[in-house]
Amino acid sequence: MSSSPPTSAAAGGGDVLLRVEGLGKDYEVGAGRYGGSTLREQLVDLPKRLVGRGRPRDTRLLTAVDDLTFDVRAGEVLGFVGHNGAGKSTLLKLLSRVTAPSRGSITVRGRVGSLLEVGTGFHPELTGRENVFLNGAVLGMKRVEILRRFDDIVAFSEVGAQLDTPVKRYSSGQFVRLAFSVAAHLEPEVLLVDEVLAVGDASFQRRSLARMGEIARSGSTVLFVSHNMAVVQALCTRALVLQHGRCLADGPVEQAVPAYLRTLEQLQHVDVAARTDRDGRGEAHVVGLRVQGGPDGVVATGGPLRIEVDLSGSLTDTSVELRVHDGFGVPVCSFDSSQSAPGDAPVAQGQRFVCTLAELPLVEGRYRIDVRVRGRGGRLQDDLLGATHVDVVQGLLQGRVVTSEALGRVSVPHVWTTPAPQ
Amino acid sequence: MTVGDRTLPVVRLVPTGKRPPLRLSELWDARELVFFLAQRDVKLRYRQTVLGAVWVLLQPLLTVLIFSVVFGRLARVSSDGQPYAVFALAGLVPWTFVSTSLATTSLSLVTNASLVGKVWFPRLAVPLAAALAGLVDLLVGLGLLLVVAVVRGDLQPLRLLALPLLVVLALVAVLGPGTYLAAVNVRYRDVRYVVPFLVQCLLFVSPVAYPTSLVPHGLRLLYAVNPYVGVVEGFRWALLGGSQPVAGLLAVSTASSLVLLLLALRSFRAREATFADVL
Repeated sequence: MSSSPPTSAAAGGGDVLLRVEGLGKDYEVGAGRYGGSTLREQLVDLPKRLVGRGRPRDTRLLTAVDDLTFDVRAGEVLGFVGHNGAGKSTLLKLLSRVTAPSRGSITVRGRVGSLLEVGTGFHPELTGRENVFLNGAVLGMKRVEILRRFDDIVAFSEVGAQLDTPVKRYSSGQFVRLAFSVAAHLEPEVLLVDEVLAVGDASFQRRSLARMGEIARSGSTVLFVSHNMAVVQALCTRALVLQHGRCLADGPVEQAVPAYLRTLEQLQHVDVAARTDRDGRGEAHVVGLRVQGGPDGVVATGGPLRIEVDLSGSLTDTSVELRVHDGFGVPVCSFDSSQSAPGDAPVAQGQRFVCTLAELPLVEGRYRIDVRVRGRGGRLQDDLLGATHVDVVQGLLQGRVVTSEALGRVSVPHVWTTPAPQ
Repeated sequence: MTVGDRTLPVVRLVPTGKRPPLRLSELWDARELVFFLAQRDVKLRYRQTVLGAVWVLLQPLLTVLIFSVVFGRLARVSSDGQPYAVFALAGLVPWTFVSTSLATTSLSLVTNASLVGKVWFPRLAVPLAAALAGLVDLLVGLGLLLVVAVVRGDLQPLRLLALPLLVVLALVAVLGPGTYLAAVNVRYRDVRYVVPFLVQCLLFVSPVAYPTSLVPHGLRLLYAVNPYVGVVEGFRWALLGGSQPVAGLLAVSTASSLVLLLLALRSFRAREATFADVL
């Protein structure tokens, strides 16, 4: 791997640690994992391939990432945002060297640590201690480095007494904490993180975020993928918006995040059933969605709201979650049909899920609603970002005026009294 | 940690060409990972088994019993003047290593799919670790053979010096076909079914149940193109003090092992780039 190192920039910031130039990645669809290209098919195709130079049959190229060019400097925290299937995961795989580029180049100065999935290489039968060493080595640490940081890793993970127990006996929280802890002490020059913060309890998430900030301040670079704009805005200095594998916007997080939110807004004009930027297994998926407000057709604070979700596919044990975000992409609340209440109508194999609110507690403004569908065993079946947007107008919540000046995005019904002094 | 005042290694990632360089230095840098992976395999192999490491010895010993009855008693196969059981044990100890390691090495990349798909490290570390893990069993088996040799008074101490080299030869002989099959198995899972059959065929063309002296004189060097001929006869020569010449067999088997390994490494490197996409 010989090359000229990326030149350090004249303008502000640290040295360039990562340079991406004209990067592209194609996947063969129809061959390999998708079409199941077995030895037999290859043998059948052999004469054709010997005569002509054509590709094996049914092979289409799917471009996951295309024509990306950017530099990242020491100390920067760069967030990658984009819809499902926009190329974020492929980009992280390319940067972490897991998969090779089809075009262009990536030049990295220093060590790359990747946290694409918590607990990579952890083996359930091995003890916590054994896993720390194995996982550390997998992530690229030398034995002496692991030994030197061993106490820090254990302290950060808070598994202490269970260190010599096989990790299959750990709670999922302990498992995640230990795994994150190993990776967080890797001290790479470039750290790649893929939404691992979605796991673990709130206090551990906070400490994980703090740890990533620390890593950035120590002169390393953190590249971060998340759907949670609140976290991206809190953590990142800069964001790169991906759309269909290309860079749509790249700049300070205050500019890039709104650009991303606008792309989500445009999505509501696309027919839900026709969207392909989905996540999950897809055995059950959203084919339609309608939002109804009050009798006058307006969604107002304190007024009624009815959201209908139409599903298609295999619908046993299906549940629907509506995830509400404010205009800055910050999560506000969610409505999850899997958490049933006595008032719910029994759901057997519904084609349509209807969520009704008698009094909408949201403050005036624009809200984005993502829809997630889960199937048997809680498996993600569909994830539709920006399925729709709802404009809430000013209204009365139990007779009380709620204006956009209210603190926060949610207004809670309440009562004031001023008891006469005794 | 400051970045500016340190010289950092620069890595440039570009599309892989048709014949990527072997870059074995990367594998050397990852030697600790290879060690940890091999250690994991060894630790896991006999965890939650009742007899544990006893299986290491039980497996060849039971096979010796079967071979002694079938080949020694019924078929009266020659054993170069040794008691048939001892002769068979000396062949079965290296053979058990060859057959189990070929299987684990061939399947290693798929077994470790979650690792290969998520983090980068030199991919060769995976089959290498799988083969190394098998060495522990081989060493235990050799210990047993040494005891037998000492008890029987066959031992020629000078020949023991060849043992480390023979162990390396056994490893190389397994690594060649093993790494190749491991890489092929990523795309064509047919390998899972091919390997047991291949091992069975190899047993018949290797001098495990019968001595090389049964092979016609003029064909012996050709016979030794099968790398496991040299491996098995080598161990027998070193431990049982036989008088059959093995130098020619060893030379041919060593050469063919090395050629196979080199071809396998080239093929592995060329296929490596797409592992994560296919797994």
